[in-house]
Amino acid sequence: MTDTIEKVSIIISKGSLEGVYPGLIMANGARAEGIDANLFFTFFGLDAIHRARHDHIKVATVGNPGLHLATMLGAIPGMSSVMTHYLDKKMANLDIPSIPEFVEMIADSGAGLYGCRASADLFGIHDDDLIPQVKGIITVGEFYGLAAGGQIIFT
Amino acid sequence: MTTKTYAGTDVVLDDEGFFADPSAWTEPMAEEIAAAEGIPALTERHRQVVKLMRHEYEEKGDAPNVRALAKLSGVPIKELYALFPKGPAKLAAKIAGVPKPHGCI
Repeated sequence: MTDTIEKVSIIISKGSLEGVYPGLIMANGARAEGIDANLFFTFFGLDAIHRARHDHIKVATVGNPGLHLATMLGAIPGMSSVMTHYLDKKMANLDIPSIPEFVEMIADSGAGLYGCRASADLFGIHDDDLIPQVKGIITVGEFYGLAAGGQIIFT
Repeated sequence: MTTKTYAGTDVVLDDEGFFADPSAWTEPMAEEIAAAEGIPALTERHRQVVKLMRHEYEEKGDAPNVRALAKLSGVPIKELYALFPKGPAKLAAKIAGVPKPHGCI
């Protein structure tokens, strides 16, 4: 076993802004270090590679204690959009790309993007619903095959 | 810390292979460092990126990360990874004799 990590396969299972970004940052960071990377989007994570939805991913404002926002306030209609907009602006100031741009950037860096077969079936999502950079909709077994020999990170 | 010889001069490198003293770098060294890092020949495009890396470090005190590098150099991400496989910002920084870029994006 060497000291360096040679490959990472990262699973993104959540569809909120704060649920998607960590996996993207890990994948991009891996590629910048010369580490091979795969991204596997499952359940609500599929939204991050879905053409119609990837530009509308929001911060969860209800039942999200990490946000330090009272749930009663978080439940006000429009609050999620307000918080998302607020965070988007802060990220733009730090030159953190939006989710669609970030995913495209990660694909350009040579990482493999994949959708989960089971979740796609569950939500009725097809190849043409997904962005062109996705290499395919694969099964969990195929994912394990791709991930073999490297580290698996679940987010 | 290790010592390597580039363009006939001894330079000190840190544990990751970056120049401990960026001012020890000279342009002729770039070709040798690149070859040692697995890039047999530097094209004009390579040099363009390396020059920018050096310039940004000298101006701002920190080398740019991959995204900033793409924006500043006008070389798209895809091409950057093709020119410098295994981490463009890291590799270009090594070849330019500047410290490793910081930043998570």
